[in-house]
Amino acid sequence: MIHKIERDYYRFKDIIKGRIKQNLKKYITKGELIGAQGKNLISIPLPQIDIPKFRYGQEQMGGVGQGEGKVGTVIGKGGQEAEAGTSQAGNLPGEHVLEVEVSLEELASMMAEELDLPRIQPKGHGIVSNLANRYSTIRTSGTESLRHFKRTYKEALKRQIAHGEYNPDNPNVVPIKRDKRYRFWKPTPRPEYNAAIIYIMDVSGSMGDEQKEIVRIESFWIDTWLRSQYDNIVCRYIIHDAQAKEVDQNTFYHTRESGGTLISSAYKMAKTLIETEYPSQDWNIYVFHFSDGDNWSGEDTKLCIDLLKYHLCPRTNLFCYGQVESRYGSGQFIKDLRDAFPQEEKIVTSKIDDKDAIYKSIKEFLGKGK
Amino acid sequence: MIKVKNELQDLQKQIELWARDYGLDFFETIFELIDAKHLNEIAAYGGFPTRYPHWRFGMIYDSLSKGYEYGLQKIYELVINNDPCYAYLMNSNTSVDQKIVIAHVYAHCDFFKNNQYFKNTHRKMVDEMANHASRIRHTGEGMGFEEVENFIDLCLSLENLIDVHAPLRKENDILGFLIEKAPLEDWQREIMIMLRQEAYYFLPQAQTKIMNEGWASFWHSKILTEKALKDVDIVDFADHHAATLATQPGQINPYKLGIEIFRDIEERWNKGHYGKEYEECEDIEFKKKWDKKLGKGLEKIFQVRKLYNDVTFIDEFLTPELCEKLKLFVYAYNKRNGTYEIIDRDVKKVKDKLLFSLTNFGQPMIAVTDRNFEGKGELLLTHAHMGVDLKLLEAKETLERIQKIWKQPVCLETIINGEKRLLIFDGKEHREKAL
Repeated sequence: MIHKIERDYYRFKDIIKGRIKQNLKKYITKGELIGAQGKNLISIPLPQIDIPKFRYGQEQMGGVGQGEGKVGTVIGKGGQEAEAGTSQAGNLPGEHVLEVEVSLEELASMMAEELDLPRIQPKGHGIVSNLANRYSTIRTSGTESLRHFKRTYKEALKRQIAHGEYNPDNPNVVPIKRDKRYRFWKPTPRPEYNAAIIYIMDVSGSMGDEQKEIVRIESFWIDTWLRSQYDNIVCRYIIHDAQAKEVDQNTFYHTRESGGTLISSAYKMAKTLIETEYPSQDWNIYVFHFSDGDNWSGEDTKLCIDLLKYHLCPRTNLFCYGQVESRYGSGQFIKDLRDAFPQEEKIVTSKIDDKDAIYKSIKEFLGKGK
Repeated sequence: MIKVKNELQDLQKQIELWARDYGLDFFETIFELIDAKHLNEIAAYGGFPTRYPHWRFGMIYDSLSKGYEYGLQKIYELVINNDPCYAYLMNSNTSVDQKIVIAHVYAHCDFFKNNQYFKNTHRKMVDEMANHASRIRHTGEGMGFEEVENFIDLCLSLENLIDVHAPLRKENDILGFLIEKAPLEDWQREIMIMLRQEAYYFLPQAQTKIMNEGWASFWHSKILTEKALKDVDIVDFADHHAATLATQPGQINPYKLGIEIFRDIEERWNKGHYGKEYEECEDIEFKKKWDKKLGKGLEKIFQVRKLYNDVTFIDEFLTPELCEKLKLFVYAYNKRNGTYEIIDRDVKKVKDKLLFSLTNFGQPMIAVTDRNFEGKGELLLTHAHMGVDLKLLEAKETLERIQKIWKQPVCLETIINGEKRLLIFDGKEHREKAL
């Protein structure tokens, strides 16, 4: 029996996807979903997509119930704010918020569609580590469901011509058993691509919690997108003030130092990491650096530019610099980079003034498909 | 668990005989044993094997399957008002479950066949629904499914705007009115006619929920305890039966309320607890022992299941004693605390509230009052306000949808926070006027 419900079910899912997309920017910039990191499925609360009707409001309506309790006994909770700003409807009896489960990949691909992100073309040849079975070959025996229609008729035609049975004026081609051709699978090597992402964050005194939140959200989405594009992803985290050190993910987002800022220290560390652990013929390498752009000295900036030009840039797919606006304003570094590399496609800079700018910034970073 | 069809057939035949012996009178009933997935599918389609394509069926299916997966809910049975009646049983039910469900189903079928509010329902609705499905699919192929689905969405917003007294109060049949008078394309009119027909088909079920479930529970309980149960079944039966009748505060369980009222009627008419003499007797002790051994209980409940709907049923047979015994109360929303609280256990108030929530099958009463409002071809609808406001935002969205059908501005006269207001949607923006 064919389950007709499937069609309606997928239509419903489509509608939901549309709803999520409408609100995607909100979800992305609010960072609500990041808490669920580590799980593959994310639950998104959507207001029930019910069909509007003339209906009584539940609150004024009240009702009749059954059971124990004195006058004043609470039997249920009412009106929680469901969708801030759009309606006062809430979690009333009989009115439900729909919890929709979406996988991170789905979300990433929705984001990519919304931002019009191109698929990434991995560089290099990839490592052949996997043989996938693909229906890429033809056999003379097989199950009927795999019969290759065109090839079967071609064989029949060939046979009929060879036997002189084919009449172009009455082109009847009738396959017989030995004409039949079937699809068959063949193990085909599938290259896998590896990527290494190096996140660098300035944690000097001027980078406040708000700035870090921006970095956290933005790198979460960058990470999600890149993961959907590569088979293997390795992430490394470097924080720096006047000195750089490698840390784990948790520390990366939660450390706050008070020192000054020497960006070159982090770039040097990234360079060493890449040179020793991620040879660029085997790895697609991404570096994302977030800072408020207040480097210690022009001299250090010059050093940074040299490091970029001779070491980082030649080895990476992409070097992204995101400058977040801090309480103390925004530094000079972004301008220095733009002046130094006006033409370099691998270096992308983006100014992220507030949370709303995250969306645009992701697009700037990943919009080139590198 | 019953896997073999024969075993089920024997069970069915036996229960059918018992049911007929008790006087239940039903169309031929065809049982099908299906798995949970299939049952959820049919349930999503409102009990029918084939419906027109629409996303909301997918939405219901999604929530039913999740509920089943998580063990939160389980549908035991589904039965359709049709001649023959179709009933679906879940194949993973225990055999006690199946006994209960089969007995329950026969009582529903009896109710469908005999209750007067079902008199005019289409008894070949399974076929009719399938026809609708294929016509709507066909229209979709011509017009594009998206366009057709969008129009269905519009119609569904109006599916509760039909006349419970049909065809006596035509002005309440807004769907019928629009079919006749709105500037619709032929395919749109055709779809609206079908959806209106479906809405009228489902209406009596909404009007007799308490009675219908009460009747079915009354009979499954009677048939099982008096006839069908073996000793080993007792615990399973008690468990299932108790779960069916369980109540949660703040919610009326129609199974429970219905069965209690039917049992009360049976007892009262058996003992003669009715009529002038009984009502006027003031000796409470004497009244308690009152038993005229009339034995008219069964006869009475059969008559009640024929002539009443939920409103008249509650109005006439929910006695003060029963109201108290069932611990019914009125609850209301407490704005200050943001909670629903019990506010009263007074019998009259409970009854009034209950009756209000059942009147017009629980839907606001809205009528077409002028189709050339202010001489400009505008449509005027009037809400007969009975103490509870409409949900304002949703009402506005609904107006937008009616405007899409009517094409001219659409107005709704209603009361909001005690003030008479006119809500207007002209196709571009909403306006509000005090009246």
